[in-house]
Amino acid sequence: MRNASAPARRGLVYRMVLAPYSVWAFLFILVPLIFVAYYAFTDQNFNFTLDNITRFFTATSTVNDGAVTREIHTYLVIFVRSLKLAVISTAICLIMGYPMAYIISRASQRTQNVLITLIMIPMWMNFLIRTYAWMTILQDTGILNGLLARIGLGPVHIIGTEAAVIIGMVYDYFPYMILPIYSVMAKMDVKLLEAARDLGCNSAGVLRRVIWPLSLPGVISGVIMVLIPSISTFYISQKLGNGKFYLIGDAIEGQYAANNLHFAAAIAFILMVILLVCMALMQRGANKKAMVM
Amino acid sequence: MKKIIELKNITKSFDGEVVLDHIDLDIYDNEFLTLLGPSGCGKTTTLRLIGGFETADEGDIIFMGENINNMPPHKRNVNTVFQRYALFPHLNVFENVAFPLREKRVPKAEVEQRVKEMLTMVALTGFEHRSVTSLSGGQQQRVAIARALISRPKVLLLDEPLAALDLKLRKDMQQELKNIQKAMGITFVFVTHDQEEALSMSDTVVVMSEGRIQQIGTPIDIYNEPKNAFVADFIGESNIVDGVMLEDRKVAFSGHVFDCVDFGFEPKEPVDVVVRPEDVDIVSEDKGMLKGVVTSVTFLGVHYEIIVDINGFKWMIQTTDFLDVDEHIGLFIEPEAIHIMKKSEYSGMFGDYSSFSNELDELSDAESESEE
Repeated sequence: MRNASAPARRGLVYRMVLAPYSVWAFLFILVPLIFVAYYAFTDQNFNFTLDNITRFFTATSTVNDGAVTREIHTYLVIFVRSLKLAVISTAICLIMGYPMAYIISRASQRTQNVLITLIMIPMWMNFLIRTYAWMTILQDTGILNGLLARIGLGPVHIIGTEAAVIIGMVYDYFPYMILPIYSVMAKMDVKLLEAARDLGCNSAGVLRRVIWPLSLPGVISGVIMVLIPSISTFYISQKLGNGKFYLIGDAIEGQYAANNLHFAAAIAFILMVILLVCMALMQRGANKKAMVM
Repeated sequence: MKKIIELKNITKSFDGEVVLDHIDLDIYDNEFLTLLGPSGCGKTTTLRLIGGFETADEGDIIFMGENINNMPPHKRNVNTVFQRYALFPHLNVFENVAFPLREKRVPKAEVEQRVKEMLTMVALTGFEHRSVTSLSGGQQQRVAIARALISRPKVLLLDEPLAALDLKLRKDMQQELKNIQKAMGITFVFVTHDQEEALSMSDTVVVMSEGRIQQIGTPIDIYNEPKNAFVADFIGESNIVDGVMLEDRKVAFSGHVFDCVDFGFEPKEPVDVVVRPEDVDIVSEDKGMLKGVVTSVTFLGVHYEIIVDINGFKWMIQTTDFLDVDEHIGLFIEPEAIHIMKKSEYSGMFGDYSSFSNELDELSDAESESEE
């Protein structure tokens, strides 16, 4: 009888322990999502409409860059611009973070702890303060240009360029790339690397055929964790891009500030759907690759 | 026979602790050589030196006449079967086995054919597309062997490959490994702490302790003619008693003078005398060369293992006769059953069964396995 009653009791306790989390997930994840979708598909009077969605794809505006005046799809251009900056930042994070994660994972346990702490320390500081700090560094009369001038490389105009926005994004999101990759690599069995060498791989071969495919789950989490916040950021572009690079996050914020909640929700909703599709494709591609290699 | 690997005066230490202390070892073509010893004796380090995963502090490793001290593992014509197999979890069985061929850009048709051959040899036909993580220990073991043999190495290194298998499977794999070695006609260097495994599989056994080679020989030599008390104790069960060599073929121990077959010692030279438990005959007390009292009897199926107290020294004897505790018996030992060894640093450390218990023995075995 004890055996028969044990699972039921555990089930009850299990459900009780789970309950706060379920409530939390419902109230703070599911309900807001439903609201976003609801606002996206309704007008001011909360009647169903697709206007907000179509507006995203069809709205045009006129730009005048000197001689030529052009019609552009406002939000599609903004979206592509956001995507471009986010992809570049993510790629830079990956290219810098991957070797670093590998090096850290092969160091002694003590060194690993120290290095990981060093990487995390900037995350303990407020994100706004970090971005302001970069403003001071990158200004035309800032610290960086001061240094460059001293060694005769002249002042370089960085603030207000795409480069400045990318620097800001890379700096802010870099830890989110390195930590998941590192945690996968630290768990990797050294014997597998030895086996690969034993079976004829040089260092490049070991990296390509064993370390890379086994670290892919970490790479995917890293890419997701950097790509998503950087595609929807608005603060970095406002401060470091001098407001010249209107990104999708800026668009949402702008519509929200203008009390145009329904269109803001529509942009957010579209962005979310596009990202979800991208992630699903990436995950599938990675699985396939892991199987074939 | 042709030497294939020569270890010359190899010394290796980790963090100031000497793991290998001036090792000299010749490994011949086509032989099944076993490095045998307790954990920490340096056997795995020796294997890793040959595989290229460690470099010696001193000494040379010669492979087919060529010094390979600084040759990286991927250039050595040697492959390894790792202790926990180290199969690539992201690849299926076929791709694990094909791994070395893909690195060499072998044509597709040849890869197919060679992988198939290997899987047939290790009896895994039909498992090509299975994930390696879904296989049993024995099957993973076979994949590891196929993968290590597919590039047709001159030497296969096996690092306690059977340690993780259960007893029955281990026995089968021992036979199978031996067959594979014969079929491939290559050298196997096998590391184990299991003396039974070493004796049953090897052409040559190398007994190691504390970073030094204690004895190199055929399994029969190692068992019958152990060089010192360490080897006698580590291989099988032994009663090791202090004796004095009176003259050639005459030795005194336990208060009696015995005829034996050993010679070439100094007169009155103190020696270690080994008598295997199965070589002692039990006779009535008045006919015995030695007299003693039975202190314990353990039934082991094929035979009884009894402990006999002879003048305070406990002997282990294996017999098919049933005896009672406290029974007074006589022992008879034939000259051929007596093996004389020179005194060594290990004298007096082994061979007395006064604190013996099967249970303790097994406990310490289990510990040494988990340490590895």
